[in-house]
Amino acid sequence: MKKLIALLLAVVMCLSLVACGASNDTAANDAANNDAATTDEAAGEATGETVKIGMVTDVGGVNDKSFNQTSWEGLQALAAEDPTFEVSYLESKTDADYASNIESFIDEDYDLIICVGYMLADATRAAAEANPDQKFAIIDDNSCEDLPNVACLMFAQAEASYLVGVVAGMATETNTVGYVQGMVSESMNQFGVGFISGVLAANPEATVLQFNANSFGDPTGGSAATTDMITKGADVVFHAAGGTGNGVIEACAANKVYAIGVDADQSPLAPEYVLTSAMKRVDTAAQDISKAVKDGTFTAGTHMYDMTNGGVDIAPTQDLLTEEMIAAVEEAKAGILDGSIVVPTTAEEVPEFTLDDAE
Amino acid sequence: MDNVINTVGIIIYATLLYTPPLLFAAMGSCFSEVSGVVNIGIEGMMTIGAFTGATVAHFTGNPWLGFICGGLAGMAFGLLHGVATVQFGADQTISGTAINFLAPGVAIVTAKAIFNSSDTIPLEPTSKIPTLFSDVFTSGTAWSNFMKNIFSTYASTYLVFVVLILVWFVFYKTRFGLRMRACGEHPLACQSLGIDVQRTRMICVCISGFMAGLGGACMTMATTNQFRPTSIVGQGFIAIAAVIFGKFRPQGAMLGCLLFGMCSGLRVVIGTSSLNISAQLISMIPYVVTVIVLILFVGKSHVPAANGKPFVKAK
Repeated sequence: MKKLIALLLAVVMCLSLVACGASNDTAANDAANNDAATTDEAAGEATGETVKIGMVTDVGGVNDKSFNQTSWEGLQALAAEDPTFEVSYLESKTDADYASNIESFIDEDYDLIICVGYMLADATRAAAEANPDQKFAIIDDNSCEDLPNVACLMFAQAEASYLVGVVAGMATETNTVGYVQGMVSESMNQFGVGFISGVLAANPEATVLQFNANSFGDPTGGSAATTDMITKGADVVFHAAGGTGNGVIEACAANKVYAIGVDADQSPLAPEYVLTSAMKRVDTAAQDISKAVKDGTFTAGTHMYDMTNGGVDIAPTQDLLTEEMIAAVEEAKAGILDGSIVVPTTAEEVPEFTLDDAE
Repeated sequence: MDNVINTVGIIIYATLLYTPPLLFAAMGSCFSEVSGVVNIGIEGMMTIGAFTGATVAHFTGNPWLGFICGGLAGMAFGLLHGVATVQFGADQTISGTAINFLAPGVAIVTAKAIFNSSDTIPLEPTSKIPTLFSDVFTSGTAWSNFMKNIFSTYASTYLVFVVLILVWFVFYKTRFGLRMRACGEHPLACQSLGIDVQRTRMICVCISGFMAGLGGACMTMATTNQFRPTSIVGQGFIAIAAVIFGKFRPQGAMLGCLLFGMCSGLRVVIGTSSLNISAQLISMIPYVVTVIVLILFVGKSHVPAANGKPFVKAK
């Protein structure tokens, strides 16, 4: 009897391990099914050769409510609109998966491999050097711009942050706003620098309370820091802190003050309290580079996505914004476009940004 | 003066925010360890509890049902650990490690199946564990802010201390508590006195899973409003450390959790202040303080004598 139970238990455990190991494959299968569907359509319409686009996520996964998800949604929309595109993705669970995921797309003769995030920079460089005929694109990194087969898709996050800064500066009644940053680095600092410039442009009286969570995965810390800021008078808090930001939005909702999201439209996290979000149109960038491959106009080097090409913007959900705020944002956009507003990008240009000094 | 009141208020607030998930899990760990079963799978049990709590609360709209289901899901994995280690005498560390791999996998696969995403859908404010006394204390003066930050907190924070008193009572004032502790010290003697060691240990491991599940559910239903694969990252291991720190006593584990929570609060307060200290250094505070306190102030911990040793019934 006992042996039978033991055997059963062992079988159950093995099965669940298999189920757990299969998570990657399930996603890939889903993608494969989608592919099959698109290929069929393509064959039906007979519009010519298919263009195969493969996307490799970073460890955030394809549903990260941030750039991985936005990129994938962009590619799916592209495939839906133009059936000659065949799109697929592979999720990376650890840093070690980057190289092998890229490798499997190379083996399957994909036309373009899109690597999402600066964490893939080393793996992309290695693969691009070893396979000079394979086209790559990498998001949020320009360390590969010297390679002839890599397009570096960069975003002017300072500009998007500037716009939400303008909104925050107008929305605050206490002249105090908060800012939580996930990590201090040159690229992350752009969020803070742009935000603070925007706040001060709209409201020169305002002070910006700042906190470096030094982690993208500590919502409790984000929540505590936000409550601290709110106690000190902040009534609008912007975060550029990934998972830590989840706590920021939560604390804002609990204290009934406004939060501002980042990367994607984060309004669904707390519809009554997420005022707006600083968006990077990673989807547009992924679509553009895919189309370029199809049209044969692919160029390597840095592709800058900023206000001029619609690469950065505020979120489409604008229910909580007043007309004055929307007008001010439009004005700021126009200013950035005609060059009358130059958004700073480095900590040196904005003395009010204090997080960098701690180094 | 107002600044001091604010700062102290925030530190206490942060302590109370960090503590409940850790303390639930730590109490769970106490049950398992004193009965003689090493449960390193606390982390996994928290993860499955965190996922189940957020999912059930999302679909039913009832936070307490979700909270209990989170506990039950943890308990299911506790049962698995119990069957493997108590019933069949498997190595307890290996079984616990297996659970730490298995549970997050199950959570993410299920999340993908239900939500087509590795995150759950954010909870509506009404499906979250409610905040108590949010209308009683309003912000305004320094003192009212202080009171609001400390007392207008999630119901789970109050609950965890109530449960702590219950657990203390069970440990030291009931027959079951005595038997349980005896099973961890000298199971053979227990058996000779007619105590069913395996049954007692099995119950303890299940309670352990239940508590860890509740701890996980606190994280996704109070502190945040959705489950993400990164919701539980290391809290289970900190809880186990708190238990060792507290010499395998629930009240000691509480001190460990509060200390860790307070240091995390300190980190936030220093981080948001105008003091110019490197964020990397500040982030070290909770861990460094824990190590220092362990070395300096906590004497030799008494580990239950039969902890980690499978018990085979004497014929």
